[in-house]
Amino acid sequence: MKFDTPAKTNPIDQLKVVGKPVDRIDGPLKTTGTAKYAYEHHDVAPDTAYGYVIGSAIAKGRITSINLNEAKAAPGVLAIVTADNAGKLGKGELNTAKLLGGPEIQHYHQAIGVVVAETFEQARAAAQLVQVKYERAKGSFDLAAAKDSGIKPKPGFGGPPDTSVGNFAGAFASAPVKFEATYTTPDQSHCMMEPHASIAVWKGDKLTVWTSNQMIAWGVRDMAKTLGIPKENVRFISPYIGGGFGGKLFLRADVLLAALGARAAKRPVKVALQRALMMNNTTHRAATIQRIRLGATKEGKLTAIAHESWSGDLPDGGPETAVSQTRQLYAGANRMTAMRLAVLDLTEANAMRAPGEASGMMALEIAMDEMAEKLGLDPIEFRILNDTQVVPDNPAKPPSSDPQSKAPEEKHNPHPPFSQRQLTECFRTGAKRFGWNKRNPTPGKTRDGHWLIGIGVAAAFRNNLVTKSAARVRLDNRGIVTVETDMTDIGTGSYTIIAQTAAEMMGVPLDKVVVRLGDSSFPVSCGSGGQWGGNNSTAGVYAACMKLREAIAQKAGFNASDATFTDGQVRSGNRTITLAEAAGDKGLVAEDFIEYGDLDKQFQQSTFGAHFVEVGVNAATGETRLRRMLAVCAAGRILNPKMARSQVIGAMTMGAGAALMEGLVVDKRHGFFVNHDLATYEVPVHADIPHLEAIFLDETDPTSSPMKAKGVAELGICGVAAAVANAIYNATGIRVRDYPITLDKLLDKLPEMV
Amino acid sequence: MRPFTFERAKTPADAAAAAARHPDAKFIAGGTNLLDLMKLQIETPAHLIDVNGLGLEKIEATQEGGLRIGALVRNADLAAHHRVRRDYGVLSRALVAGASGQLRNMATTAGNLLQRTRCPYFYDTNQPCNKRLPGSGCGAIGGFSRPHAVIGVSDACIATHPSDMAVAMRVLDATVETINPDGSARKIPIAKLHCLPGDTPHIETVLMPGELITGVTLPKPVGGKHIYHKVRDRSSFAFALVSVAAIVQPDGTGRVALGGVAPKPWRVEEAEAELPRGAKVFTARLLAGARPTPENAFKLRLVERIVASVLAEAKGAQV
Ligand SMILES: Cc1cc2nc3c(=O)[nH]c(=O)nc-3n(C[C@H](O)[C@H](O)[C@H](O)COP(=O)(O)OP(=O)(O)OC[C@H]3O[C@@H](n4cnc5c(N)ncnc54)[C@H](O)[C@@H]3O)c2cc1C
Ligand code: SF4
Repeated sequence: MKFDTPAKTNPIDQLKVVGKPVDRIDGPLKTTGTAKYAYEHHDVAPDTAYGYVIGSAIAKGRITSINLNEAKAAPGVLAIVTADNAGKLGKGELNTAKLLGGPEIQHYHQAIGVVVAETFEQARAAAQLVQVKYERAKGSFDLAAAKDSGIKPKPGFGGPPDTSVGNFAGAFASAPVKFEATYTTPDQSHCMMEPHASIAVWKGDKLTVWTSNQMIAWGVRDMAKTLGIPKENVRFISPYIGGGFGGKLFLRADVLLAALGARAAKRPVKVALQRALMMNNTTHRAATIQRIRLGATKEGKLTAIAHESWSGDLPDGGPETAVSQTRQLYAGANRMTAMRLAVLDLTEANAMRAPGEASGMMALEIAMDEMAEKLGLDPIEFRILNDTQVVPDNPAKPPSSDPQSKAPEEKHNPHPPFSQRQLTECFRTGAKRFGWNKRNPTPGKTRDGHWLIGIGVAAAFRNNLVTKSAARVRLDNRGIVTVETDMTDIGTGSYTIIAQTAAEMMGVPLDKVVVRLGDSSFPVSCGSGGQWGGNNSTAGVYAACMKLREAIAQKAGFNASDATFTDGQVRSGNRTITLAEAAGDKGLVAEDFIEYGDLDKQFQQSTFGAHFVEVGVNAATGETRLRRMLAVCAAGRILNPKMARSQVIGAMTMGAGAALMEGLVVDKRHGFFVNHDLATYEVPVHADIPHLEAIFLDETDPTSSPMKAKGVAELGICGVAAAVANAIYNATGIRVRDYPITLDKLLDKLPEMV
Repeated sequence: MRPFTFERAKTPADAAAAAARHPDAKFIAGGTNLLDLMKLQIETPAHLIDVNGLGLEKIEATQEGGLRIGALVRNADLAAHHRVRRDYGVLSRALVAGASGQLRNMATTAGNLLQRTRCPYFYDTNQPCNKRLPGSGCGAIGGFSRPHAVIGVSDACIATHPSDMAVAMRVLDATVETINPDGSARKIPIAKLHCLPGDTPHIETVLMPGELITGVTLPKPVGGKHIYHKVRDRSSFAFALVSVAAIVQPDGTGRVALGGVAPKPWRVEEAEAELPRGAKVFTARLLAGARPTPENAFKLRLVERIVASVLAEAKGAQV
């Protein structure tokens, strides 16, 4: 089904099942521990051996020798694979560094081998006996030092590296009120609960992998490419995923090494990346240095906006696209953005929840707070004053954001309208709900015992992306509807919203729908990433259900256009038959996909929100404790308010972590992230998170898809950290521009102790 | 993890004797620290002696009016004990400020005293570390040193002792009781249990090979207001950046020990005479000779501010 004109009324609008806060259909499996995660498919290969990954001890250089003798002789060892005996390996399209390094080493903890043994303990013990000698080379590990060598990156997901509208330099120079500051954000690690893990089973030259991966089709493609075997010979199965946050978008070392280990040991092999490898072996969110300049009239109208960002990555990597939201969020006639990319020999940088915006909003939304103060304006009123209904800076995009679309290129509109934009409503609703008017605009004036109290606000913003997504729907003679798609559920609730969609479309209750996900033998979906999963995957299911409805109507001899599907029956005029009857003994199957025209070019589809945060800062120690948080979101149709709320409060928690504690520490001498475990890379614990509230404004976006939905899961993180930073400023009068805002950055400026 | 043999000792004397028979042996209590270190190949004992069956899990009153805590008393049980809560509040508070509920259920008194540092370079066997591999250098000096010690350090090592419990025991003047492989017992004041790193950061305590901790005694209660103030980067489940254990008397005199700043619980009895003169003067004495790194110099100011707030809290409670 091609979606190229705005959606009209369709079966989803009945909202009998869609839009309801139903529980996760996979909830009982998860709460009883019976949902099988990647490492737990004990049934598929009872004779599975265990692989343990060896990570490089240096960041850059060469392996000069590997001595495997002791390890090979260790009890239980079945095989050891290194680059020496792995055979020729390619590299996945979406991998920057090699998944199996050696002799050249590209980053710390790059996998250089896997030891396969009868038990996990034997594999680990033997891995510790492998003796590797290295020759270190000088690497680049310090973003601040490498910044000025940064080059213009290739245009990618975040658009072109540079944009310019009007005359920024002139407008900024002549602006009556000017503001300029530099902000930094640290490297971050996804730190999902479930590590990357895979079980690989070879049958002849066919490989099946039970794994934990957000993007099944990408994984299959890159696995085939890396091994140099046909795609058809690779199957990925990934029904449950213990979190991903972008860390599992790509093929990673666990999959490759399980497959290589299994080939060498002639046994199924399972590999989980040990926790330490999560930080230095897999991808991470790159640190940024961001410079923001704002010019405004005395009344607070922005006339000049500049946002520049520097980040680093391995050679051939990409930038953290931290300036992208600045092209779209606030009005202003003269503007420029620029991204520069330096070479850093740390593990590869890549997407983490809301890549670009999450980091960019951390800087931009402090800058907006600072500028509001400079102007003597309320931070909310300042933002509303600079609201816009058209995109201020829309650089010409590559032909389509849907890589599969063959749509002819449209004329480029430099200022397309937003399909929906309720930013102002988000602020107004939130201000009322949160009691914004009780905030003392003068910082450092509100106290509760030894706590300095502050309230802060920030906008939330994240684009909506549309991309092709397919599904297959089956109907059987019991009236059961089974949906199959390679879509994944990374904890987001995909199972449930897909079931709701199918139930709504076919007119059956939820318990008559079976959803099967995460198998590359199913039709290719959008996958889970970029907050595009919810809208696109359900739209694909919608398309397949439309086809199934036609097949049913035809089978029943009805005219598809006036057949109605309710209560497990299909009706036309005064004739009714049950779906079970219509399916008959053979059942019915339909498969289709959603693909998109150019509505996403005619209209900018984005999601908006406002974050409100109240903090207490301990006047003695500078410890910040969150007291209340609220997010108001406008993000299209909310397919399931319970799932959406989970996503948003999870994202708020992650944003709180980014604000207050999360950061990979770079050892700039040896080139690695030092805090590579969950004891030292701190993420929030329960005690850090106060009552969280998430509100969704009523919205349906007919330009996004037949579902009229957009994404929410990344919107929820964008802006949170800045709202926390702004609240800390309101509490203490101290501006911290480098994240995370740990107490040592406040200590010296807190009031004197008596 | 290196393969090891395992035995379950029946009496404290057996355990100590068994340790003497196996030069590469380690006692295992709750295992919450030792096992992690074994998995990472940081500790590589060839033989483990399980000390859980030694009957050392009792808390008893001493004739002097104090308390004797068996070496195997779990941190959770110790924190909840009515006498500890009533008479040694600082200890109870320090314990519950540490680790998590699950860990405290396993962690023992002796194991807690002997837990090893949390220096990330110590934990990464690819990195130099004089404590793990004497003579290999110190990764933290010149590297990431924000969580490290600011006083009592050496050019060889700047690691902290991470325990909360030990800090409270230090302020309570606890005594550690041990038994040796030859059956002899000794009493070690907690102030003398841990060593400063000097040139030998791998030597962390004065315990002899095979010496088993059997218990810890607390002298009779000293009254006063008991405060344990732990400061960290998140609200729970993190080691202290700085912690302050204090007992403050109504007349403003008292005792203070620090965690998170030194290779052992840090207390300077002579400095305590300055307590009535306020946090600044006292802290200056307490931390005289500190050698922070640029990354952790903030701990000095943090100590002063926490001490000030602790003294204020103590005063407030007296009104
Ligand atoms: C995630 C995590 C967070 C933590 N957070 C904190 C915290 O915030 N604050 C804090 O204070 N601690 C914290 N801890 C540390 C915890 O308190 C210690 O791991 C625990 O107290 C160790 O006790 P155990 O009985 O498990 O010792 P084990 O691991 O069994 O042993 C530790 C050491 O003591 C030796 N040993 C044990 N018993 C005896 C004995 N009777 N005689 C002689 N030697 C003996 C062992 O040989 C070993 O060397 C944390 C630990 C973890 C894993
Ligand atoms: S501080 Fe001590 S424990 Fe840490 S690396 Fe240096 S020597 Fe090792």
